[in-house]
Amino acid sequence: MDPLTWTGSIAVLNPILLVAVVAMLIIAIVNIAISIFVTEGPQQVNADGTIAARGGIPGLMSLLLNWTLMAVIGLVLIYAALGVLMGSNAGIIGAMSQRFLPVWIALTLLFALSIIYKRNLGLYGKLFDSPIGMIGFGLVMFWVFTGIFSAFDLIVTHDTLTQISGMKNKVPGTPVRGAEDGEFGWYLLGGDNLARDVFSRMVKGAGIVVLIAPFATLFAYMVGITLGLPAGYRGGSFDTLLSFLANLILAFPVILLFYLLVTPEIVQTGLPQYMAVVLFLFPMIFAGVLIYSRYSTQPQKCYVWMAIILTPMVLVYLAAINAPGTRIDFWPLDFFPMPAGILVVFVSVVFVNSPTVFRIVRGLTMDIKTRDYVAAAQTRGEGPWYIMLWEILPNARGPLIVDFCLRIGYTTILLGTLGFFGLGLPPESPDWGTTINQGRKLLQIYLHPALPPAFALLSLVLGLNLLADGLREESLKD
Amino acid sequence: MMVLTALCLTFVVFYLTNLYPNLEKLAKTQGNFRMSEEQVQSWLENNGYAQPMLVKYNQWLGVMPGWTVESEEGIRGRCLDGTATAEEAAQAPRFCGILQGDWGHSTVFKEDVGGIISTRLGNTGYLMFWVLVLMVPSALIVGVLAGMREGSPMDRTLSTFSILTTATPEYVSGVIFIAVFTSSAVGLKWFKGTATSAMENPTFENFFLPVLTISLYGMGYIARMTRASMTEVMTAQYIRTARLKGVSFPNIVLKHALRNALIAPFTVIMLQFPWLLNGVVIVETLFNYKGFGWVLVAAAGNNDIELLLAVSVVSVIVVLATQLISDIGYVYLNPRIRIS
Repeated sequence: MDPLTWTGSIAVLNPILLVAVVAMLIIAIVNIAISIFVTEGPQQVNADGTIAARGGIPGLMSLLLNWTLMAVIGLVLIYAALGVLMGSNAGIIGAMSQRFLPVWIALTLLFALSIIYKRNLGLYGKLFDSPIGMIGFGLVMFWVFTGIFSAFDLIVTHDTLTQISGMKNKVPGTPVRGAEDGEFGWYLLGGDNLARDVFSRMVKGAGIVVLIAPFATLFAYMVGITLGLPAGYRGGSFDTLLSFLANLILAFPVILLFYLLVTPEIVQTGLPQYMAVVLFLFPMIFAGVLIYSRYSTQPQKCYVWMAIILTPMVLVYLAAINAPGTRIDFWPLDFFPMPAGILVVFVSVVFVNSPTVFRIVRGLTMDIKTRDYVAAAQTRGEGPWYIMLWEILPNARGPLIVDFCLRIGYTTILLGTLGFFGLGLPPESPDWGTTINQGRKLLQIYLHPALPPAFALLSLVLGLNLLADGLREESLKD
Repeated sequence: MMVLTALCLTFVVFYLTNLYPNLEKLAKTQGNFRMSEEQVQSWLENNGYAQPMLVKYNQWLGVMPGWTVESEEGIRGRCLDGTATAEEAAQAPRFCGILQGDWGHSTVFKEDVGGIISTRLGNTGYLMFWVLVLMVPSALIVGVLAGMREGSPMDRTLSTFSILTTATPEYVSGVIFIAVFTSSAVGLKWFKGTATSAMENPTFENFFLPVLTISLYGMGYIARMTRASMTEVMTAQYIRTARLKGVSFPNIVLKHALRNALIAPFTVIMLQFPWLLNGVVIVETLFNYKGFGWVLVAAAGNNDIELLLAVSVVSVIVVLATQLISDIGYVYLNPRIRIS
């Protein structure tokens, strides 16, 4: 088989794309230059007293900018579509686009359904009114779907650990020697220094990030909320103590903390597992208190709900902290064996994130507890936990949701940092940080092993940031 | 409060580094890798690691006399250099901890910790100086330009730029920069991919990429904060008054808005310091620049207890000092607080 070029037989489109991109950049720069010199365009006073800017050179320029932007996006979509149809005939881009077909289908379905029903979907639906939010959401969901499908071996072309002889450090598009009928014939993004497929490793790495980052952030939120609400609401010595502890953890440089917690020697002592025992308790405490404070006047209902919610949580909790062959090994029903590194990485990321969440929740609570509706609830004789969880927390949701998105991005960066220093996950793990770390050693000569995971991480975090921006904008409109 | 935080923090570091598996690893790297259990035990006893945790911690602090072990060759001790005779041991000070200014001895570099920390901090200080020189002005300019006319094309472009930089961690931007500007594969050999030579002879060629990599990540955040504070100021009543009086737009921005808009970013810049410390560790590892962050990685990777403790003391001081400065500076800059 022949080596693949980047665009293959659809290379005719390249000059068109180049022209469109250059035109867009020139117009964008001119647009900025004009906006410095021309302060206001011609204005028109409407009947209702508002003023609208219209026409003139700035108007024309922004119109042109929109058109060229549309042209570029359209061309990129054409590349993807042709790739899906033509596969490896359309070069590396085409073949990759074809591999991502399940993701494209899922994304199209999700966007179509969401846009049709966006008026019934609350804040999530409003996201589809802001272009920035939509772009961010698209990027995030692209990697989420990639992660999900890669777990079913849908997108990957080769096994992430198989080394094929002769593929060491080969450039993107190199055909695999002696590939049989059922096997994929190329290393789409080349081979790394151990002759493994870079493309498959990048796709599998998405799975690890998508598995750890959102859940770790969620756990950090559970810890932060369960401790931050009473600290902000009650104050006093409880608050002083917790704030001191939070500041203590925050005063550690993150990397030093990781080095202290994640080394194999510390893992031997079982310390991360003990931390997991404590940290994983918080979601259960949170759920328990949530139910109790709501139904404390109706004990019957309270018990039923507690049983329904807490039983599975306790089972999952015991299975999660229990690992055969370590210090905590007593529970027979270990129905999901966590890979060794994952639990340690998970715990340390939760531990690093929760003090910041604690401070945010505490600050918000101190602000909201002076409102009239809290005073009204106090006068009604509601218990403190009811007020905290059912009066204060729902009213703090706006900033918390925005911060949640940003924090998933930050967690992704932390995971990458861990991998970059070779901590936690085993060295053959395909996660992005580890791959970047291995690729950077030969970066002066071979670019292709390090750059795909770097851009993947960049685009995911960028997507989360844009999503948070879109959410902030839309939630401020209320 | 600061002292209490520093004490707690160093004790945590002390506790974690003195856990038995860590000590065993230390003994094996210092002695040899095929040591038996008994040999490890005797090595630990001979080097004072087998004492109770609190005793060792107090010795490190300098509030308890340092340990001594007598053997056939002479006396070894915390306050002694190598093996000494009885007379030498009698003359040596009894207390030697950080309170006496003795930071201890590094097991990796075979040098005094105080010396290592001061030379490495010097290297990092130089790096940080140029980072601040590049980062702060450009972040403020980007933020002010974006915030002075909200929603203009310039605002949108610069905001996109700052979001992009906050979404790019140092190890990603560093790798991209090395790939684009230094590798022989692309052919743009504008800069050097390592900053090792920059320790003696910093030039633009070998020093610019590390500085740029650290600055970019912090810059986006500061720029966004500056933009937010600038847009807030630009909608204030007194700006409208100035416009209605006919003050020109550049004058409004430079004379009326700028000073008030820069109060909030000052706090943000000061609080960025601990984050920059993180970036420093990554960038110094990536570019092989032997500064403070590089020492942190070396010390942590080899469980060099006293060096690691010194590193954490220094970083805690940096973190707490920046918090203090940002509080004081905020009061000083903000007339509403200063006068009342």
